Amino acid sequence: MVTEVASCTFDRLELDSGATLAPVEVAYETYGELNAARSNAILIVHAFSGDAHAAGEGGWWSSMIGPGKAFDTNKYFVLCSNVLGGCRGTTGPGSLNPETGCPWAMSFPQVTIADMVRLQRMLIDHLGIGKLLTVSGGSMGGMQALEWAVSYPERVASAIPIATTARHSAQQIAFNEVGRQAIMADPDWNNGDYYGGRLPGRGLAVARMVGHITYMSDESMREKFGRKLRTPDQFEVESYLKYRGYKFVDRFDANSYIYITRAMDTFDLTQRGALPTLFESNEARFLLISFTSDWLYPPYQSLEIVKALRGRNCDVAYCNLDARYGHDSFLVEVEQQTEVVRGFLASTFREAAANA
Amino acid sequence: MANVYGRRDFAIIGDLIKPKTRVLDLGCGEGELLAWLKENKQVDGRGVEMEGARVQKAIARGASVYQGDLESAVEDYPDQAFDYVVLSQTLQETRYPLAVLRGMLRVSKRAIVAFPNFGHYSVRLAWLLSGRAPRTDRFPYDWYDSPNIHFLSVLDFEALAQQQGWKVERRICVAGDRQVTWLPNLMAEIAVFEVSAGGNALVQR
Repeated sequence: MVTEVASCTFDRLELDSGATLAPVEVAYETYGELNAARSNAILIVHAFSGDAHAAGEGGWWSSMIGPGKAFDTNKYFVLCSNVLGGCRGTTGPGSLNPETGCPWAMSFPQVTIADMVRLQRMLIDHLGIGKLLTVSGGSMGGMQALEWAVSYPERVASAIPIATTARHSAQQIAFNEVGRQAIMADPDWNNGDYYGGRLPGRGLAVARMVGHITYMSDESMREKFGRKLRTPDQFEVESYLKYRGYKFVDRFDANSYIYITRAMDTFDLTQRGALPTLFESNEARFLLISFTSDWLYPPYQSLEIVKALRGRNCDVAYCNLDARYGHDSFLVEVEQQTEVVRGFLASTFREAAANA
Repeated sequence: MANVYGRRDFAIIGDLIKPKTRVLDLGCGEGELLAWLKENKQVDGRGVEMEGARVQKAIARGASVYQGDLESAVEDYPDQAFDYVVLSQTLQETRYPLAVLRGMLRVSKRAIVAFPNFGHYSVRLAWLLSGRAPRTDRFPYDWYDSPNIHFLSVLDFEALAQQQGWKVERRICVAGDRQVTWLPNLMAEIAVFEVSAGGNALVQR
């Protein structure tokens, strides 16, 4: 598999808030080869804590992307970039403010899912890709895929939003707020000014622990941990959460946590009109996938989108996959997901070629 | 007659549908008919299927299939969104067949309905001779585990069409590999009807 790690800087990016970021940098990776007709490009959009490293050794979706996999890099040119507001190479609150020479921290402008997608569109333009074969991702990645389909319908032949929603519910906002409060309650957070000093690791770890609970299901936790003990006075599940929480601190910036979760919470397609009207005469194909055991992004949220698409007779496929791992299913339980994504992509690719 | 996955009803339906039309297949199973229609008639197809494993196979085959209950799903489509809506071997399994048929004629110009004919002589004989719920090749289930909850014949369907004011555009009755024209209500194993709203304007919700 041909992998390229790259970065690209743009002069300026206008944000929904009215602020402008100048310059703005975006980190991305690509896998596979762009064909001569430039018709085989797939944009993978990552979930909340992901980054541009989607495939290959340690890639967050390496189960789905690679030679012979659902997003087959022998056939398609796959691209993934770190989101705006992130901390893995793309401009975010940890980046330097060119005016002060200091990290932005909490003075970084608020970003939205639409801002993230606007930056991705600039990257696609820069790479000379007119129309994406598909844009796909789970969770917050699904929100970006929806945003693409609504904001730039002429730039996508299809979209595959997985385990996602058109807007966060009170429950989803609530869990994010617990995470933010845990970070802010850490004295080392220091109103966001901690760069170069002690990191708010305890708060960030607790935030991550809460997150991990919401990504699993009762069944998968029972199976994985049950009431097993790690030590005489510590349950296996406690040890696991602490391990995952503190490991997260090594690779994630607490302020990015705050900014990106806010972007997710404020995402609401229905603010721009009733859902069906947003898909009026949308000619992209859609594949939506939800998971039976996902209680964080329950199937009803996918169904709301699917119903709107069907109400406008858009070309949409939907399945609710039988899965045990809760919200994490799109990352870990990929067998059935692979089958549907592969077939959907193959037929979309065939049709796009026939219509070209 | 085209051979469609060895299914006689699919072959007949495949012949009825004109090229480059919009088709909705209710209870589309693994999407065989939709895939065939896309390949051979360049139709713009959609499907509805309840069973997850079948939906996955259908999507994997390239069909745009929605996992859900067809009786409520038909409600969600806009008026006259399709040229044909197909309901094959499923009418007898629906809870409210009339509502389904009305829904089909609301969302589509034509409804194509295929069903096993309960008026076939083998059913009548089985019933007459055994005095028990009939089990035949076309109705192979015991009464207590049959998916079939309504039993109708060619005459029953025609009577309903007349009562509702629908126009029967085509009627094809078959037994085995042969088309049946003589005493269809007695001789047909499967009946395929193509109906339209006829003189009625749009069938309303």
